[in-house]
Amino acid sequence: MNQAIRNTWIAVMLLFVLSLGALSYVQFFAAKDLNANPLNNRQLFKEFDLPRGAILVDGKPIAESVATDGQFKYQRVYTDPDLYSHLTGFYSLANGSTQLESVMNDELTGQSQDQFFDRLVNLFSGKENEGASVELTIDGQLQKFVYGLIPDGTRGTIIVSEPKTGNILAMASKPSYDTNLLAVHSSKQAAANMKKLSDTKDLSPYRNPAIYNLIAPGSTFKIFDMVAALESGQYTADTVLKNPSSVILPGTKTPLRNFYGGNCAAIPEASFAEIVAQSCNTPFVQMSEKLGKAPYEEVTERFGFGQQVKIPLRVEPSVFPPDLSPAELGQSVIGEFNVRATAMQMNMAAMGIANDGVIMEPNLIKQVIAPDLRVLSESKPKEFSTATSKDIADQVTDLMRGPVKRGTAVRAQVPGLDVAAKTGTSVVPCTTDPCGPPLVNSWITGFAPADDPQVAVTIVFEKIDFKTGSSLTSPNLKKILEAVFNQ
Amino acid sequence: MSELETAPVPRRNMELLLLLLALAVAMGAYYLVGINSDDGLSQEFISQGLILVGLALVFHIVLRIWAKYADPVILPVTVALNGIGLAMIHRIDLAKTDDTAFRQIMWTGVAMVVAMIVLWTIRDHRVLRRFTYIALAASVLLLLLPLIKGLGVEINGARIWVRFFGLSFQPGELAKITLAIFFAGYLSSNRELILLAGRKVGPLQLPRSRDLGPMIVAWLVSIGVLVVQRDLGSSILFFGLFMVMIYVATARVSWIVIGTLMLVGGGTFAYLTMSHVTRRIDGWLNAFDPDIYHAIGGSRQIVEGLFGLANGGLMGTGLGNGSPYMVPLANSDMIVASLGEELGLIGISAIVLLYLILISRGMRAALGSRDTFGKLLATGFSFTLGLQCFVVIGGVTRLIPLTGLTTPFMAAGGSSLLSNWIIVALLLLISHNSRRPMVSGVSATAEVATKAPRRSPGLLAPRKGAQR
Repeated sequence: MNQAIRNTWIAVMLLFVLSLGALSYVQFFAAKDLNANPLNNRQLFKEFDLPRGAILVDGKPIAESVATDGQFKYQRVYTDPDLYSHLTGFYSLANGSTQLESVMNDELTGQSQDQFFDRLVNLFSGKENEGASVELTIDGQLQKFVYGLIPDGTRGTIIVSEPKTGNILAMASKPSYDTNLLAVHSSKQAAANMKKLSDTKDLSPYRNPAIYNLIAPGSTFKIFDMVAALESGQYTADTVLKNPSSVILPGTKTPLRNFYGGNCAAIPEASFAEIVAQSCNTPFVQMSEKLGKAPYEEVTERFGFGQQVKIPLRVEPSVFPPDLSPAELGQSVIGEFNVRATAMQMNMAAMGIANDGVIMEPNLIKQVIAPDLRVLSESKPKEFSTATSKDIADQVTDLMRGPVKRGTAVRAQVPGLDVAAKTGTSVVPCTTDPCGPPLVNSWITGFAPADDPQVAVTIVFEKIDFKTGSSLTSPNLKKILEAVFNQ
Repeated sequence: MSELETAPVPRRNMELLLLLLALAVAMGAYYLVGINSDDGLSQEFISQGLILVGLALVFHIVLRIWAKYADPVILPVTVALNGIGLAMIHRIDLAKTDDTAFRQIMWTGVAMVVAMIVLWTIRDHRVLRRFTYIALAASVLLLLLPLIKGLGVEINGARIWVRFFGLSFQPGELAKITLAIFFAGYLSSNRELILLAGRKVGPLQLPRSRDLGPMIVAWLVSIGVLVVQRDLGSSILFFGLFMVMIYVATARVSWIVIGTLMLVGGGTFAYLTMSHVTRRIDGWLNAFDPDIYHAIGGSRQIVEGLFGLANGGLMGTGLGNGSPYMVPLANSDMIVASLGEELGLIGISAIVLLYLILISRGMRAALGSRDTFGKLLATGFSFTLGLQCFVVIGGVTRLIPLTGLTTPFMAAGGSSLLSNWIIVALLLLISHNSRRPMVSGVSATAEVATKAPRRSPGLLAPRKGAQR
């Protein structure tokens, strides 16, 4: 009987060896994999207990971590959240983090390469790792001003950048939202707030419209047409072009007309410069028949279409569809059909023309500052691409003066300021039945002063009636330029 | 007499020394939880700590009076485990602003007082043998209690609770004790019959079918508990208890073979037909599948437990510095994960070794016991504790499917504390009776004297020369 008891003890021993083995496996051998498992949010919980760096505009925090007594040691607090929501994004346990809070997470939590030595020192001194602060290129006053120019209830985006450096001075969109609602610690509250915001018309708290919304660029696309035409050597500003009121798209019976009402109807024949100023469509369609699709594909690619741009927020690549038939190309060159561009892309187009054909990489980050105020990294202007030659860029600049001087963008005129800009209007296909009032996307993109460009401005209003749209583009460009140049 | 007989030395001073050590560990754990919390040391540190110290010392004195020769290691180890458990429950309380620790310390008090009463009233465990069939009746009654309308309540899908006067209690925990008593009594009386009768088939000595009776009862009880109360853990525990006791009584491997076959059969049947068993197994096999992780009653609990253990790693986060509260049921079913996270592999291994010491001392009491009943009872209890630890740790580490068993002495829960402290009291009694000086004359242990002697040193037995 005692032998059986001993055997039982041995059996128990075996069970304990198995238990210890299993514990060793989980806690030692598999620990690394388990810690890295996507379902594991303990790392995130740890982050919420650490002081996270601030996001600064003009040296003042627009997002900062404030010590609290709540569930975690710190609460993320956003100042002027509506103004900056699409830039900062939010930092939330329940909803994840977005925009700069997500892209700059390594710096904000002190995990970036630049902070390696700080971490090493902290390891030995026992101090907590503190996150670095991120200072933006945004000009707080300008941001506030352009945000105010977008009426509530519209879907609008305004971008102001420096063509010579790529620095973004303002980037605002509506509808906006209060990021503080999503940063609350209670996951229940955060989820409820998220649901409420997501139900808001035209708003997605996860998307920054300026870099995410792909919109048919309409006549602003003609900037690329001008580059392609001038580069081909077959056209100059003085080339006289036929301007019929409509053309039949090649290989079809579908007519394409000049924009209703406009000045184009009165001029059966005009110089290229005049065509651009009045933004007539038919000469560009005929031009595309002559040039073929290749130059357009090349030009758009050089300007950034189809490419991954990071500012460092990820910009949705703009689309110029491949393998276009001549008829489709005819519609594409006036920024319709399936051509889609982000506001950022059209701003880059203006920046490229303004900066002698060289597009500087658009950028939001001025510098990263350590908790002890050391500058960890400073962003230097970087070339994104050479979109065209200086000569072509100068000619296009000259062509783009036309619309402001005597064409579609006269309302953008600022006395004493040399402004170059191109307007655009693309038709929003009807999706409801019955159609309701026709809606358009209203664009303007340009820069000033045209001979020594300091700012590139892009304004777009989505799904808006033509009249309201055009009253919000050119006049607002004027207001912004007046604000920038103090006139 | 058996060589397993040790010189009759009380060794109560040794117990006191170890007990002080155990209390120091428990209070140390409590202290660390206090200073690592945001509010610093709280009032509870003093009050709950003093209650534990007082109870332990009173228990020690009770042993000095009524069980002088009892094993000196069992009480300190139990107190240490209970104390560390309390500290961890208190720690989870702080994170969740709960007050489970207070209830737990109350239950600890109740359990230890009941254990002392058991020591005082029973004195000699052989008395229990008289209650063999009463114990069987009591077991059946206890297991049926939760099924009575108005008394039983269903919590987390298992109908194993009764509630009266606002207190909930798991009668199944006590049934563990009464069933062990029944089986020890039944087997010690009928052992010879079962041993000698029967046919031999190949290497296996098969028992007579009528002797299979208790086995079938055991199997039925286990499966009954599983089907009716949906309690997988207790079902495994009861079955293990019966298997080991029959094996120890007969020393026949054939019982194990038959039992295992029946278990496999029952288990397969349960997996195929019962949704909650199927869910458990699927959650175990595909724990990291996001669909199963997010499903209601899915694998979130076990996966979070694994994340906690991994977070602790080798050294642990330190008491009060981890986030064990992220695991569901962090202070009861998953307390092993909580301990593993904050104390690390090193700390949890030390706790596991404490259990091993406790169980080994229980087995040692069984070896030294002078009567079959005592041997069976002590082995049964010790093995139950061991199996319970294995099922819990194996479940938490995903070695086996997770079942809702409690970690003895540590997990929050009054019924489990009570029954385990009674088990400790009975183990102490058995060891007291096996170590106390022999009264002259032929004792009830005659059968042991003819059977037991073997030329091997006793398990964990201190060498005679080494004794004082």
